[in-house]
Amino acid sequence: AQNRFSLPPLPYAKNALEKGGISSETVEYHYGKHHAGYVRKLNAADQAGKVRKNASLTDLILTEKENSAIFNLAAQIYNHTFYWESMAPASDGCTGKICQALQSQFGSCQEFMKQFKQRAGTHFGSGWVWLSLNQQLKLVITDGHDACNPLRDGLVPVLCIDVWEHAYYVDQRNDRAAYIDNFVSLINWERVEQRYNDAVSKLRSNL
Amino acid sequence: FQCFHRRVSFLRSFDNLASNLSIAMAEEKQDRFTLPALPFAEDALKDKGISQETIQYHYGKHHAGYVRKLNAQDKDGNVAKDKSLEDLIKAQDTSPKVFNLAAQIWNHTFYWESMAPDGGACKDDLNVAKQLAKDFGSFDKFMEQFKARAGGHFGSGWVWLSVDKEKKLVITDGHDAFNPLKDGLTPVLTIDVWEHAYYVDRRNDRGAYINSFVSLINWAKVEERYNACK
Repeated sequence: AQNRFSLPPLPYAKNALEKGGISSETVEYHYGKHHAGYVRKLNAADQAGKVRKNASLTDLILTEKENSAIFNLAAQIYNHTFYWESMAPASDGCTGKICQALQSQFGSCQEFMKQFKQRAGTHFGSGWVWLSLNQQLKLVITDGHDACNPLRDGLVPVLCIDVWEHAYYVDQRNDRAAYIDNFVSLINWERVEQRYNDAVSKLRSNL
Repeated sequence: FQCFHRRVSFLRSFDNLASNLSIAMAEEKQDRFTLPALPFAEDALKDKGISQETIQYHYGKHHAGYVRKLNAQDKDGNVAKDKSLEDLIKAQDTSPKVFNLAAQIWNHTFYWESMAPDGGACKDDLNVAKQLAKDFGSFDKFMEQFKARAGGHFGSGWVWLSVDKEKKLVITDGHDAFNPLKDGLTPVLTIDVWEHAYYVDRRNDRGAYINSFVSLINWAKVEERYNACK
């Protein structure tokens, strides 16, 4: 039986983030074992008839019971894809419309960054921290446990950071703060800006 | 004017003295919570798959870190004065932040005590072995379930074997700083399934870690805890 869900390719080489402090070994495990593992398990569940037919990954995230096995797998696949896209080997820093929006809503990009890092640093246990656009077109930082995904709250995400220990334990051991600094230096602002602009158009057309 | 000026200077210097004294007193104030000693050497578990490096981080950074942070919260006045670690865990009004710290200190102490370098073998004549066979059908069935729960838990957390009010042995698992004292259970054994427990030695292979843990279970301690429930 064909695999319904697939592991998207990594947007860069496995060692591409090394200069920014995320080693190829981390990427090998994080992408090649964890992310790939979620895809494998969701396909296995699908082949065992446990996954709704004709439901996309996003459908499953929006409609499966929170914390259920299927939700966790679908959300973790989505979240990790989003995470890889949130980073790039060469980061130019925050510019354009997203920068303006962050300035206007948080006072400054630095203030936004301070809050984002603080949420990432203090989240207890496994989880994710997201920057999303809400229905009122405001940028909001949310965080949640395990496979937490902001689509369920009607938010349109633009950036996320994985704070499960597997994201940083190879490179930084318990030093999550050092990992967060590395992540921030790798943020793919071009992609974030693209997502932001798309989200604004989409939400405006809904209003 | 000069007289006023002198009085202000005097009051200012008194104020400085008072605040310096209170800073000194806060620093002198003893740490209320302490990191218990590890029941074995840091490298004692390495032959069965839990390396010295893991222990150095797990005990020396994570466990020690929770103690340090709870003491800091205490010095900031955020921890109820008359309560022990266990009280803080059981109390309904403990803040989530303090609960997480207190429970993680307690859980980790329990975890180290759940292992021993010469552990692993559970003799049939132990009272706890007999009860496990009764409550789970067989010891092997218990072990199968315990490993399945540990392997299947999603995200950070703990799996516990505890004695319930009917003196039955039950397996429970929960998130993060989860502790069965809150459910009125008396724990006898625990395994930490936060990734920091196994990522150094096993990376993503939690199954291999669980097998290591099982080969280290301090059944003498489990028996002691179980017998204390009678």
